[in-house]
Amino acid sequence: MSDILDAKFGDRIKAKFADGVVVEAGDLVEVMTYLRDAPDLKFEMLCDISGVDYLEIDPKKAAKAGYEPHLEVVYHLQSFQYKKRFTVKVMLPRQVEGGGLPAVPTLSGVFKIADWLERETFDLVGIDFTGHPNLQRILLSEDWEGHPLRKDYEFPLEYHGIRGR
Amino acid sequence: MGWLEGRLEESVVTTSLEQAINWARQSSMWPMTFGLACCAIEMMAVGAPRYDIDRFGAGAFRATPRQADLMIVAGTVNFKMASRVRRLYNQMPDPKFVIAMGACTCGGGPYYKYGYNVVKGVDLVVPVDVYVPGCPPRPEALLEGLMRIQDKVRGMKDLTKGQPIDMPIPVRTGFVSLPEELRTPELANAFAVRNKELAKPSKA
Repeated sequence: MSDILDAKFGDRIKAKFADGVVVEAGDLVEVMTYLRDAPDLKFEMLCDISGVDYLEIDPKKAAKAGYEPHLEVVYHLQSFQYKKRFTVKVMLPRQVEGGGLPAVPTLSGVFKIADWLERETFDLVGIDFTGHPNLQRILLSEDWEGHPLRKDYEFPLEYHGIRGR
Repeated sequence: MGWLEGRLEESVVTTSLEQAINWARQSSMWPMTFGLACCAIEMMAVGAPRYDIDRFGAGAFRATPRQADLMIVAGTVNFKMASRVRRLYNQMPDPKFVIAMGACTCGGGPYYKYGYNVVKGVDLVVPVDVYVPGCPPRPEALLEGLMRIQDKVRGMKDLTKGQPIDMPIPVRTGFVSLPEELRTPELANAFAVRNKELAKPSKA
């Protein structure tokens, strides 16, 4: 399947691994639409969107960690017709110049379920899905600060007068 | 009832008004349907025929706080829920009682250290009368907690003496006095600091 994508997109596919590819954020919507619609792929279901924070907090272990600090957004797809699964990853920087969150174009126009899954990823990992119709926190309360599943997240000392830890 | 007792015929019972009211109140505690997590399953088991909380008169689970006088907080309370818990408590008519059911509501439970969104004990939100630990507690434990609430109701003297609702003495369970590490304000402060240190996420 990676080869089909390779033939279509060429060097816009940044990396390949078993049942998955890495693409640039700019190419994401195009690649996902192709994966959904191509008659020999038919990945019609978006199972999940994960956000992964690659960061080793301990400076002693950071040298041996084997990766540079970065964020990943992982899209898990399933094809019912061919009984296959597929994964698409987007790599993002942890810090963006001038503040703000690292951004990925939204998929809510391609898969309807992406609406809520992206809200959850935004809520917990802190990734900005540009063009999302309603990018609000879905699990935590609206006035929460920070994104708890970031590795460098600091627990709140108190929240509206309730001791937090 | 002093000199009056036994002087009347057999079909007459003498009691004080306060005892009668307390008896009626303890025999008809109406809990609020308030299951937040897995403990609610156990609370339902308590309501079901095998354990049957109706034997103690507390089987009428009300769907509104305005008709309830016992709040069984069954399950993890998170920060988003905490304001709702407090509001529901405020909507209950006096006298009202709270059972903290399960490890999460007693003190955070398994989410104490890494639960970024979990209130570390519902007693930070509403005053708790009886703590029922366990994960989840056995149905018998919840029934025991209910019986301790009934003890507390039986000791109420707010009708005649105007006393605040407080734990009757002697109590059969729980602390009567403060534990050793909370004896003085300095010790309590050190205890809180130590707990905070323990609660910090480890860097490993």
